[in-house]
Amino acid sequence: MSVIIVLLIASISVAALFLIAFFWGVKSGQFEDDYSPASRILFDDKPSSVSK
Amino acid sequence: MSCFHCGEACLTEKIRIEEKHFCCDGCKMVYSILNQHDLCDYYSLNEKPGINQRIRVRKDKFAFLDDQKIEARLISFRDENQIHVTFYLPQMHCSSCLYLLENLHRLEDGVLSSKVNFTRKEVEIVFQTKRSSLRKVAEILTSIGYEPYISLNDLKDKRPAIDRSMVYQLGLAGFCFGNIMLMSFPEYLGIDKSEEGLRGMFRWANFALAIPVLLYSALPFYESSWKSLKHKFLNIDAPIALAIIVTFIRSAWEVLSGHGGGYFDSMTGIVFFMLAGRILQDKTYRQLSFERDYTSYFPIAVSVLKDGHEVPTTLPEIKAGDTLVIHNEELIPADGILTRGKAFVDYSFVTGESMPVLKEMGEIVYAGGKQTEGNIEVLVVKEVAQSYLTKLWNREEFKKHESKRVSFVHLLSRYFTYIVLTIALFTGIYWQINDPSRLWPAVTAIFIIACPCALLLSNTFTNGNILRILGRNHFYLRNAETIEGLAPITHVVFDKTGTLTSTDQQDINYQGKLLNQVQLQQISALAANSGHPLSRALARELGVARGMEISSFRETTGKGIEGFVKGDHLKLGSAVFTGAIPSDSHETMVYVSINDEVYGYFRFSNHYREAIPGLIRELKKDYRMTVLSGDNESEKENLRKLLGDKTQLFFHQKPEDKLQHIRNLQLRGERVMMIGDGLNDAGALRQSDMGIAVSEQTNNFTPSSDAIIEARELARLPKFIRLCRANRKIVIASFILSIVYNIIGLFFAVQGTLSPLIAAILMPSSSLSILLLTFGSSTLLAKRMKL
Repeated sequence: MSVIIVLLIASISVAALFLIAFFWGVKSGQFEDDYSPASRILFDDKPSSVSK
Repeated sequence: MSCFHCGEACLTEKIRIEEKHFCCDGCKMVYSILNQHDLCDYYSLNEKPGINQRIRVRKDKFAFLDDQKIEARLISFRDENQIHVTFYLPQMHCSSCLYLLENLHRLEDGVLSSKVNFTRKEVEIVFQTKRSSLRKVAEILTSIGYEPYISLNDLKDKRPAIDRSMVYQLGLAGFCFGNIMLMSFPEYLGIDKSEEGLRGMFRWANFALAIPVLLYSALPFYESSWKSLKHKFLNIDAPIALAIIVTFIRSAWEVLSGHGGGYFDSMTGIVFFMLAGRILQDKTYRQLSFERDYTSYFPIAVSVLKDGHEVPTTLPEIKAGDTLVIHNEELIPADGILTRGKAFVDYSFVTGESMPVLKEMGEIVYAGGKQTEGNIEVLVVKEVAQSYLTKLWNREEFKKHESKRVSFVHLLSRYFTYIVLTIALFTGIYWQINDPSRLWPAVTAIFIIACPCALLLSNTFTNGNILRILGRNHFYLRNAETIEGLAPITHVVFDKTGTLTSTDQQDINYQGKLLNQVQLQQISALAANSGHPLSRALARELGVARGMEISSFRETTGKGIEGFVKGDHLKLGSAVFTGAIPSDSHETMVYVSINDEVYGYFRFSNHYREAIPGLIRELKKDYRMTVLSGDNESEKENLRKLLGDKTQLFFHQKPEDKLQHIRNLQLRGERVMMIGDGLNDAGALRQSDMGIAVSEQTNNFTPSSDAIIEARELARLPKFIRLCRANRKIVIASFILSIVYNIIGLFFAVQGTLSPLIAAILMPSSSLSILLLTFGSSTLLAKRMKL
């Protein structure tokens, strides 16, 4: 029986972690712009051949 | 042959780098800058992604950014090492833009980083205080075709931060709801007597998890119901807030007294679903603004002539008596007298006149017009806030901000609430007489089960989905209430310039002695040499001229152009300039003379958008129509043909006239929809029951309105209206469905036998079936309409 209590606490803490992660995601603006991150990853990071 | 940079047709073959052709030197310049810095991926990511650079930005345009006060207003952070600034770049439109803007540091050494927010069309730039400046950054952006849009509006206080609290509330409600549901299973499935302690623990855990939902997640419902009760109006949120609180108290009592597990799962569940619906419905288009006034249209600063020098000055600091220097393609910010140069002012946005107006020295020029040829000097007679145009905004109509309509959902919910209260009353009386111990369980159960949350859900989800469908089709509504506002319209009022016609295109007809192919090419070549809007339109119409040598080209502002093309002396311009007999018609004509012989003239007339005839045909069936134009009567016959005999046409309408006209229609009991685009329509858009602003590109300025439609989607407006009308039917249908669930629940509730299990089955099943019905039917309808 006591193992259920442990499981309960464990499951709620994991869920709470995800809740915090969600809050963090909203706060840092991850849901603001749904276009640029998707395109940004496709750009090649060519080393600049022109010296600065 | 089209421009390698912007994709526009090239009028000459001369502008090129190697194999690549450009339409103008501006585009070529941008290409060479990018080529030099090895940023040509810009061109491989998208086909011809550039922005046309034909109108070059003046070199010192951003001199005002050196001004400390202006700088302080624009930047968001500053210390000794770095400055952060966010620029609005309306030109941003594809992944190439993104690529280029985020590689800004390769173009300008001082830039540390730049990050694009694509949905808002903004770029946040961090640069070194010592190695660069705001002006330099703005100029480098301009040089690659992304001129920052800085308007008078930016001088105002910083815009409020985005309110994300509802998303947090939703997240929290979801977390609590999920966990409570999980922990309610033991209760429903039955727990052995031997595990009494475990059951108590689950109940207490549910209790604890429900508290944050009650105190934080449900806040929007308390706020809105409190607000409406203060105005002595019973809106839909009031019974919902009541149901939430009653459910919580009843459940808390059950847990505390050990009677049962309560209805925490149902309570948190409805809060979660209703918040989700609200967020869906309130999703706004952040890149659009429905509240713009003249300050977003006016520049932040202008050059004032002081002791022979041009000093950049912010607009509010301009006093009567100052002399302003207005450069080519700049806006005249205040009413004044022209003291130097010839003004060729484009008022299309302000008064609705479709052709630029010539003003001579000593004449009055009004604020809002755009100078289209050469530089002029203007002596200010009225300060910016007092000018003819801005005065419009000081009128009463612009000060009130209350919403124009109340959703029928609130009325529906009011009846619903009265019925529920009556049922509760009779049940209470019945149990008081027969079995007082069952009175409270029965009455509270009625409140729990009969909360109009299903109505709210069906409304918010339908609205949300319709807004989404319309947004996908480039028709953007200010808010969900606007959907209902479209239904009762009886009268449609159109503006002409920019709404029925497109401002950047003209229909050109030639009349006179027949011109042969060579002569046409000669004319085209001559016209291509000039930057004047009429010349450009003419060159575009006649097509590219090849191999034409032009010598002694001369342009006389406000009169015309002349030059020798292949040995012939050509003149294009006004009647007087070419030696023709002037006509007294309102139409715009460009006369042609070759070797001093007048051949004829090109007549320029408004170009009606392709969509308009179809749109008019559709709207004619259901609505009365009126055209209010600020322009002269030259288009009267064309409009008559287009709109039929029943439509009333009015010309020379000032902004106030338009507003008054709409008001008169409303006094006659008409519900008016105004479709317009310019600043002169702002009053009418505001006054009308439904103001729709037409925009060529969504990023440009539109006056404040209830809705924004992209010009190319105008033809589909009748479809959009039909979809909005269906909204009400869908909401009512799903409401009836939800009433069935309510009746089942009430059947148990009045007997005082509503168990948490029944509530836990009814609540999600009714919510989910409503979601499916509303979403499904609105999506299906849109599919059938091919939206």
